[in-house]
Amino acid sequence: MAARLLSYENIGLLTKQHIIMVLISSIAAILTAVPLGILISRERFARVGAIIENIVNVAQTVPSIAILALFFTILGLGFNTAVFALWLYSLLPILRNTYAGITGVSKGVVEAAQGMGMPPLRILTLIELPLASPVIIAGIRTAVVVNVGTATLATFVGAGGYGDLIVTGIAIQRLPLLLTGCILSALLAIICDHILAVVEKNRVVEYQEVKY
Amino acid sequence: MIHLNGVTKIYKNNESPAVDNLDLHITRGETCILVGPSGCGKTTTMKMINRLVTPTQGTILINGQDNREMNPVEMRQNIGYVIQEIGLFPHMTIADNVATVPREKKWPEKKIQTRVDELLHLVGLDPAEYRNRKPASLSGGQRQRVGVARALAADPDILLMDEPFGAVDPITRTHLQNQFLRLQEELKKTVVFVTHDIDEAIKMGDTIAVMREGHLIQLDSPDQILSEPKDDFVSALIGGNRAIKRLNLVKTREVIDNMPIQTLRTNSPVDTARKLLITSQLPAMPVVDENNRLIGVVQKHILSALKEQAEIADIMEKNGCVVDKGATLGDALSTMLNYGERYVIIVDENYSPCGIISFTYLLELMKNDVA
Repeated sequence: MAARLLSYENIGLLTKQHIIMVLISSIAAILTAVPLGILISRERFARVGAIIENIVNVAQTVPSIAILALFFTILGLGFNTAVFALWLYSLLPILRNTYAGITGVSKGVVEAAQGMGMPPLRILTLIELPLASPVIIAGIRTAVVVNVGTATLATFVGAGGYGDLIVTGIAIQRLPLLLTGCILSALLAIICDHILAVVEKNRVVEYQEVKY
Repeated sequence: MIHLNGVTKIYKNNESPAVDNLDLHITRGETCILVGPSGCGKTTTMKMINRLVTPTQGTILINGQDNREMNPVEMRQNIGYVIQEIGLFPHMTIADNVATVPREKKWPEKKIQTRVDELLHLVGLDPAEYRNRKPASLSGGQRQRVGVARALAADPDILLMDEPFGAVDPITRTHLQNQFLRLQEELKKTVVFVTHDIDEAIKMGDTIAVMREGHLIQLDSPDQILSEPKDDFVSALIGGNRAIKRLNLVKTREVIDNMPIQTLRTNSPVDTARKLLITSQLPAMPVVDENNRLIGVVQKHILSALKEQAEIADIMEKNGCVVDKGATLGDALSTMLNYGERYVIIVDENYSPCGIISFTYLLELMKNDVA
């Protein structure tokens, strides 16, 4: 059994499952958390912002395995439940960093843009987002790396991924299985981290040394 | 041009108004300085003009039109705005920074680029060198010049400037002030200029509005403010040395207008120089090259102490005491004091000498002024 699980074919399949889960949930998280973060950074939503952040904060404190357990009763077993849980789990770092990144943009810079007659939407896209992007990308990076690890739990709802190797390895006490699962998952996390680190760095270079 | 009628601003959670029932009229082409200690409402007043701050009461008319009835975005595009250097967009190149308002106004890209070059030239930055650099790689003084260029980009009639030269060292500041005065003479914009520095106010302003705790204390010309401060607050703000401060009201160019200027060449006979210096009663004479550019100075006391025959080239001092003709007499005085000399040579934009001011002359001027 161990040999069959460790075949190239099977590992290829698990890798694909793992990557797709992480990819879809992360993209969904970016698409929700970034706009939400932008929204709560607007002055008129300042109060709503605090509430939203609290809700997301609380969601983050629920253990990921518990979220899986909770939602498989609603969404059933399988891929969807896993992606949903991963999505929920990656919202916070992205939301928080988007908010922090945008509110961290120098007040003077934003005011200069306003004072010169830039409409609010242009200020957001031309000034605030580019300046906040390193911080936002750092949040995405955290979320993705955590996501790769958390996705190993997807095996419990039958969504596959490297978790299959780990859990089976534990169940039938085969160390090679367990280790393969762990190492592959860690490797994927490191690769994602490096790719996003490069993106983040590229954004930062644009305004290094600014001592405002 | 700009009329503030009974304008009051009370910020949220604040009992006392930041600006209280302020009336202020700024005529076309004048530079009006709002000056006062921090918290006096000067910046708030300025920001109400382009509606970055909305007045609680009162009206503000720009060209006779109530600014609440204008589209704020469009209105702001037609009012230049300079704040301290922090206002430059750090992620954009100098050219993109300067192009901000023309882009918002959707000028054709070719026109924008031409305008950017023109403006960088105007503020004394070589476009070839600076246009593609980021603000972080510029010095403080250069950044503020970019700030001024950016505000002038779409050729607005009105300029709002909030401590535009606040964050640089005193020498750079004097330089920027003189450059702006020269520009303003050409451009004749209506300028509202906020500063806490009364010396800057005296130097830059056509009128000065002294503010305290949201009230306008005195609105007068710099000369009036210096000679007739309305109350103790204004006198305290002006401080001592009023005679010296008045020197900042006069440009060197204004006093050298009727002054014939004689220059020497490195090969001029020493005797001629001596004769000229004695008849002119000046303490020094400029030495120029074939293009009439200043290369040095011959001082009277050195010439008179000279026993043997010598060449002008031998007794000439390089790097004499020099100021630009756009500088004020106050600048001239401090340059003299810095160099420890009794004269200062005034040069024009080509670095050709166009006048000489002596220490004695300044003393006379101050004495007459006080009397």
